[in-house]
Amino acid sequence: MSTPATAIDARGVGKVFASRTGTVTALEDVDLTVAAGEFVSLIGPSGCGKSTLLRLVADLDEPTSGELLVFGKAPRAAREAGDYGIAFQQAGLLPWRTVQANVELPLELHGVGRRARALRAADLLALVGLAEFADAFPHQLSGGMQQRVAIARALAEQPSLLLMDEPFGALDEMTRERMQTELVRISASSGAAVLFVTHSIPEAVFLSDRVVVMSPRPGRISGIVDVDLPGTADRSDGLREDAAFFAAVTAVREVLHGAPAPVAARGVDVR
Amino acid sequence: MRAAQVRRWLAPALVGVVALALWQALVVAADLKPYLLPSPTAIAEQLGQVRPLVWSATLATGANALVGLLVGAATAILAALLAARSRSVDLLLSPTAAAVSVMPIVALAPALNTMFGTTSSTPRRLVVAVVVFAPVFVTTLRGLRQVQPVHRDLLRAYAATPRQAARTVTLPGAVPYVFSGLRVASATAVVAAVVAEYFGGLQNGLGSRITAAASNSAYARAWAFVLGAILLGLTFYVVTLALERAVTRRHGG
Repeated sequence: MSTPATAIDARGVGKVFASRTGTVTALEDVDLTVAAGEFVSLIGPSGCGKSTLLRLVADLDEPTSGELLVFGKAPRAAREAGDYGIAFQQAGLLPWRTVQANVELPLELHGVGRRARALRAADLLALVGLAEFADAFPHQLSGGMQQRVAIARALAEQPSLLLMDEPFGALDEMTRERMQTELVRISASSGAAVLFVTHSIPEAVFLSDRVVVMSPRPGRISGIVDVDLPGTADRSDGLREDAAFFAAVTAVREVLHGAPAPVAARGVDVR
Repeated sequence: MRAAQVRRWLAPALVGVVALALWQALVVAADLKPYLLPSPTAIAEQLGQVRPLVWSATLATGANALVGLLVGAATAILAALLAARSRSVDLLLSPTAAAVSVMPIVALAPALNTMFGTTSSTPRRLVVAVVVFAPVFVTTLRGLRQVQPVHRDLLRAYAATPRQAARTVTLPGAVPYVFSGLRVASATAVVAAVVAEYFGGLQNGLGSRITAAASNSAYARAWAFVLGAILLGLTFYVVTLALERAVTRRHGG
């Protein structure tokens, strides 16, 4: 499957929600492009519209202004073509299905045969290190394991785009770091572009090629930080103690808090 | 684990034994007449004498309750599926279910007896079905509407058709709700079956036997049949509870 060089292309995208007390501008004038295979994080305080932006890309909501293209198509067409895989803060597994049947769900919905599904699920469960839990039910798994199943499910159809809405938000710090290391490995090997929503600065820096910093009321992009670290394929736990890692964390924090970018920060592009 | 299980059963069993002893003591000490309250030993003696009759009456009433329960539950589940599917069917059926739920079975039973004749079990089974309908309908409909937002998003993200959404998420998600409705309905099914027999018709069930024994001043025997009704109700409740447990365990409940 040949894919266009641009995974996500947003121009002047806005989203206004109508509520009883009036209208809420969740997103205003967002310009963002995500290249194929690129890992981009959205970070910002609650209400900055980062999840809204992800939901617009996923066609779970529709923008009220601007133009949004996913692989050169309307988000709806991309969704119906199965161009992306998605994971949320809640694993959202179906409790009455085994781990394997949960991973197979997208394949089943799109008419993949039983044998092919089982083979693919076995590969995916091996990838996320849960091969021996194929026949377990979700409630028998820890939160981190459930989230790994959800990621395996998101990867089931080898999508060229992964949308992840705070997938590690509910996990403890240790599990979280291990999952981040795994995700770096998985996303590098799959070659998919990733749009990753988080409110952890170190998480965003560790995972991403670029970190998009957003601010609330109305939700907008306040700056984009290029993370000047080894390619995402070569990142490992050691990086967390590297000076370059701390420099990037500082750069993101300063954009987030609106402080003037210091001379030392590299590759900061404040809009 | 084992000791905890023993303790769980021991306490209620002990309460039961003490209550029976107090009952017996009260009847003997106060010299209560049998029409007021027969003693447990008198009831046990009667039970020994009419045991085959209690058994056959329990089976007859049990069959009525079971058939009514199955028919009522099947109708209710079908109606809930339709109501969950279409807003207009919901507007039509939900008030109907509310009306059915307040319909007094004491009023319904004699009317149905006249309708179907007094040699038929159908009126009793219909009474049970009517009583079962409302709780199963209401809980099933609630279950069908209880789709988690994250599952809804997931189905949309993967472009599932309405039929696929029903098969993979909505229907399996409603199953525990159906069973909690059935648990409530199963106990009332037995009560309805017994009460429906108070109003004439066939004389084969527990309700008929209780009224017959009482009108013949055989009070201890009436109580023996009451005991049969209690055991029948317990059986229905425990079986549906076990089914519900088995299902919710699978659901991780």
